[in-house]
Amino acid sequence: MSAVLEREAALPAADQSIQARFRVKWPGFVLGVDLALPGRGVTALFGHSGSGKTSLLRCIAGLERRSQGLLSFKGEIWQDSARGLFMPTHRRPLGYVFQEASLFPHLSVRRNLDYGRRRVDSAHKVSLEQAVDLLGIGHLLERMPERLSGGERQRVAIARALATSPRLLLMDEPLAALDLKRKGEILPFLERLHDELAIPILYVSHSPEEVARLADHIVLLEGGRVRAVGPANQILSRLDLPLSRESEASCFIDGIVRAHDPVYQLSRIEIPGARLAVTGLSRSVGARVRVCIHARDVSIALDEPGTSSIVNILPARILEIQEAEGPQVLVKLGTGGADGDRPQTALLARITRLSRDRLRLHPGQEVFAQVKAVALME
Amino acid sequence: MPAQVDFAAARLTLELATITTLVLLVVGTPIAWWLARTRSRWKGIVGAVVALPLVLPPSVLGFYLLVTMGPNGPVGQLTQWLGIGLLPFTFAGLVVGSVLYSMPFVVQPLQNAFEAIGERPLEVAATLRASPWDSFFTVVVPLARPGFVTAAILGFAHTVGEFGVVLMIGGNIPEQTRVVSVAIYDHVEALEYAEAHVLAAAMLIFSFLVLLTLYSRNTRVWR
Repeated sequence: MSAVLEREAALPAADQSIQARFRVKWPGFVLGVDLALPGRGVTALFGHSGSGKTSLLRCIAGLERRSQGLLSFKGEIWQDSARGLFMPTHRRPLGYVFQEASLFPHLSVRRNLDYGRRRVDSAHKVSLEQAVDLLGIGHLLERMPERLSGGERQRVAIARALATSPRLLLMDEPLAALDLKRKGEILPFLERLHDELAIPILYVSHSPEEVARLADHIVLLEGGRVRAVGPANQILSRLDLPLSRESEASCFIDGIVRAHDPVYQLSRIEIPGARLAVTGLSRSVGARVRVCIHARDVSIALDEPGTSSIVNILPARILEIQEAEGPQVLVKLGTGGADGDRPQTALLARITRLSRDRLRLHPGQEVFAQVKAVALME
Repeated sequence: MPAQVDFAAARLTLELATITTLVLLVVGTPIAWWLARTRSRWKGIVGAVVALPLVLPPSVLGFYLLVTMGPNGPVGQLTQWLGIGLLPFTFAGLVVGSVLYSMPFVVQPLQNAFEAIGERPLEVAATLRASPWDSFFTVVVPLARPGFVTAAILGFAHTVGEFGVVLMIGGNIPEQTRVVSVAIYDHVEALEYAEAHVLAAAMLIFSFLVLLTLYSRNTRVWR
């Protein structure tokens, strides 16, 4: 039920969206989805292995010939099985990054990048330098793929997909095959893609951390079906979904830098319904930033604490309290207090069950959220 | 000194092997591609038919070819109707026989090479706007190059070494169907051991050199 409502909320103008309705049967697995995805930003397809996220991505790319369904991209029909329409993959203006880089081993990096670029109309060509710069691979152009590290290979694969000037970028766990160090090497590049490209990106992942860092929207898949879909922060903070149950429950909030205080070296970030003070920010005023607030760094006070060392104390209202047996519970808060019309930001607080009962916390209650730490996602 | 006729036999053998190999690369590639990628239930049957010459005595294959290409056989009727005449005891007939006989030596290395490439490079090529034909020539052929080289060498060498099929459908007509293997047989029948030695030694050295190239090739070099 709530999934349907959220779908309405996430639904952009029809001609700018991606409509995907698929029904595909494999032995022992059925994918059945009906989705309207936003035509911009990063949409994460999130779920455990076997949830159908890669299959869904392959259906959208046209790599699953036996899929039945309807797929339209910003008003263009790519597949309509009822009318026998199926646009083959090589005619779809998309870029696809596979889990393993899958570079052509017989071509140098430069010729790998050229492979797709040569095959698109010159009218839409992104300059090769742009893709090369964005991924930082200028020094690798003359190498053969076997002489690249895993992280370098994946960056070349992403640049190769971008060099075709795709109107839709599909990425299938591009970081899954890499170790932690290499992941850290690529994530900043992916964040740049997000900031600098105007095309929609569908990003398959089973890592909540990656999803939180990159996604604007989330599609949560379970056993081949859509469990929930909506704006990232809304999904990440929902107490009934597995994402918030991860030990590192956190909220990810997009804000805008409003001011710097050179004396105390703090910056003010405006988020819907509140302002945050953060340290160590190097971005200029007006820039868009994403911050992460871990549930364990948020505590709750009933009265405004006048004498606290904590800088970020936000008036908030309790939206929901997790029913749990353990020593700790998650509380979902909306910033901005009572005024229901003002935009709100969801925050998660992890408190003890004892505190919940002592303070007699209940949904609808006005409280103050004390945020001990705000992490910048850069 | 090898006689003039032996040079003719050697030239004929090389001509036959070259033409057969070229025909096999053209005919064998789509068959190998189909075998490597199909999920059809016909795959087993087609695969078995292609491999038959590996186990059949050449005389059996030659016998059936003789019958079907003969004046009363279906292929014979067709070639007569087309105005080509009859194929047995002609060079063209030898090419047909050699193509069938050497087929598995070309199809199997190609099939293995195509299977080793797998689905992924083709999917990648498709997402990079390459049509199926385009990706076959720009991705599959270069990646399967070691397979093509192996197939060509084996097809050529096996045709050079063929005897039974030639004898059955080609006979022993100088400058038309008398290849080296048959010429050696002739010399031995005529007790001309010296001439037989020359040809046999040439064949031995040739075959060894072919196999030496094949086995000492470094297949992992891309450019």
